[in-house]
Amino acid sequence: MFSSSDKQQDDSDSAPLLVEDLTVAYHRKPVLWDVEFQIPKGSLVGIVGPNGAGKSTLLKAIMGLVPIATGSIKVFNTPYRKARAKVGYVPQKESVDWDFPVTALDVVMMGLYKQIGWCLPARRHHRTQALRAMEQVGIADLAHRQISQLSGGQQQRTFLARALVQNADLYLMDEPFAAVDASTEKAIVEILRGLKKEGKTAIVIHHDLQTVNSYFDHVILLNMRVVADGPVEEVFNQENLNKTYGGRLTLLEEVSEAMRRRERSL
Amino acid sequence: MTLDLNWNWMLDGWITAVAVVCAIACALLGNFLVLRRMSMLGDAITHAVLPGLAVAFLISDSRASLPMFIGAAIVGVLTAFFTEWIRRAGKVDEGASMGVVFTTLFAIGLVMIVQTIDQVDLDANCVLYGSIELTPLDTIDVAGWQIPRAFCTLFLVMLINLTFVIVFYKELKVTSFDPSLAGSIGFSPAIIHYALMVLVAITAVASFESVGSVLVVAMMVVPAATAYLLTHRLHIMICFSILAAIISAVAGHVSAIAIPASFGFRSTSTAGMMAVISGLLLFLAAMFAPRQGIAVKLWNQLALSWHILGDDIVALLYRVDEKQANQRTEKAWIREVLLCSPLSFTVVMTWLRIRGEIVIKTNELVLTDQGQHRAQNLVRSHRLWEQYLLDQVGIDPSRVHPQAEQMEHYTDKKMRQQLHQVTEKPSIDPHGSPIPEERSTK
Repeated sequence: MFSSSDKQQDDSDSAPLLVEDLTVAYHRKPVLWDVEFQIPKGSLVGIVGPNGAGKSTLLKAIMGLVPIATGSIKVFNTPYRKARAKVGYVPQKESVDWDFPVTALDVVMMGLYKQIGWCLPARRHHRTQALRAMEQVGIADLAHRQISQLSGGQQQRTFLARALVQNADLYLMDEPFAAVDASTEKAIVEILRGLKKEGKTAIVIHHDLQTVNSYFDHVILLNMRVVADGPVEEVFNQENLNKTYGGRLTLLEEVSEAMRRRERSL
Repeated sequence: MTLDLNWNWMLDGWITAVAVVCAIACALLGNFLVLRRMSMLGDAITHAVLPGLAVAFLISDSRASLPMFIGAAIVGVLTAFFTEWIRRAGKVDEGASMGVVFTTLFAIGLVMIVQTIDQVDLDANCVLYGSIELTPLDTIDVAGWQIPRAFCTLFLVMLINLTFVIVFYKELKVTSFDPSLAGSIGFSPAIIHYALMVLVAITAVASFESVGSVLVVAMMVVPAATAYLLTHRLHIMICFSILAAIISAVAGHVSAIAIPASFGFRSTSTAGMMAVISGLLLFLAAMFAPRQGIAVKLWNQLALSWHILGDDIVALLYRVDEKQANQRTEKAWIREVLLCSPLSFTVVMTWLRIRGEIVIKTNELVLTDQGQHRAQNLVRSHRLWEQYLLDQVGIDPSRVHPQAEQMEHYTDKKMRQQLHQVTEKPSIDPHGSPIPEERSTK
């Protein structure tokens, strides 16, 4: 861990995330077209866009969880595979089965699995680490609860603690604010600000346009392609929002539909 | 009726031992099939390995175990792979694509067996139903001991599965619970998935002989499903599933001998009885599981209704006392006022007398000091709620009573204190009745 600190020094100036020319398609139906952006270090980035704009897909593509058609993704100037240890992921809360027989602590420990390594059991100091992260998000007293007995906000905090324990430099969060209570929302914002203070970067898919200004300093407006990206005060305006939310890209959809029809007739 | 077990350790001992290791081997993997909602994929693989066995037999021209396992493992992976492929390419749901894959492979396997190798003892019946009763006859020599071949194979498979589950416990847990996180930190869900499928295939082949392909599925899924109902911790679930597997195996064989015999029939299939017993265990778990059990829920409901009836009786006695009405508090009168069934009334009365809250004096029910205590706090809760509903919620005074009547049963001391505060410490309720003081336990 320490031997790589020199290397980390070299990387520290490089952008946490650089996406170039990225296209992702499901069954040849494009979900993301020619996406390009760069994230400055130490920023809190909101991704906004309508349903089906490809926001979750973008995060998954960054982590190599969905195949990409074209383009390149650099995380701290290397391919994702080599930067895994520096990336923490908070999936959508609905993506997992909350009846799974594990406790909140078990879930948080999963954030340390990379550090623990294949086939080795978790040790005491890992537990301490996990408990500390749970304390940070205010759920330490729920550590031994089965996860189905947590409220929605507490479940989200569990996911957040799991990301914190990864001690990453770049965080990718898929709608952490969805369906949480006011106090959890506040706690998440506090944590994001804390991360920023430590020079870490967070990319957050966000739905509530009202709070973009106060929560983030950088924003990506996404609707199958990047409509605009940059500092919030520069790009988060009515014109760009209209472009992002104003109707779907009918022509793009038409051409991909035509491509599929053509293919089927072959 | 005498239970003539007619137990022969050399035969029945070994049959039971084979059944136990087989059931454990299956149950270990079953936990993850159940948790990944893939119970049917286990079913599919156990059927689909048949052509793998047939081809392995044709190539190697023997029933040796190794080629069989290799053939099965390959087809097992192919099943998982084809299922995924058809699901994507055909855009159908997983169940449908599984149905296509395994029936096709199973049919091919059956045709191959029947057409080309019918003369040998790899027959369809054996594959379907197993023949655990015959396993003690086919022994091999291990360090001077004559041990059934099936036992050795299954024991080995059980050890492999156990090692797999222990060594990859963490990986199995994270890929089952949250595959996208697992992928993001470099624990490939696909690798674990296919490893699991290979082991399912190998376990299925090893178990064919003993319990048959249909029952392999029961042994994989039912003990794990039983354990899932009983606990919220993964490692405990695995232990429980092993326990359920052992009970199914032992009780299965014993009852296969004993139950038909006691009715004057010949003993029945051990494998069949194992499935019956495991089904029975699942039923018991569904009924009596601590939290979700059906019977447990019913009992909790009943207990609550009795508790409420107890509350109502003491509160009624308190009110009669308070008004100093000239009313004889006889049982019949109370039952009439509270409209309760005779059975509930008897149960609750017995309970109240055991707890020393009520005594019977000259046919009348009288509150003891302890009963007085419970009643006073209840009436206090009731009247505070009435005041609160009127004051804070703004409900019409004529309608506050039924609401308060419900809430009083769920109100504890802390809540009463809060009510007392927010209603500005009233001394009478909306109907003019005095609100009694809090009585606290010494």
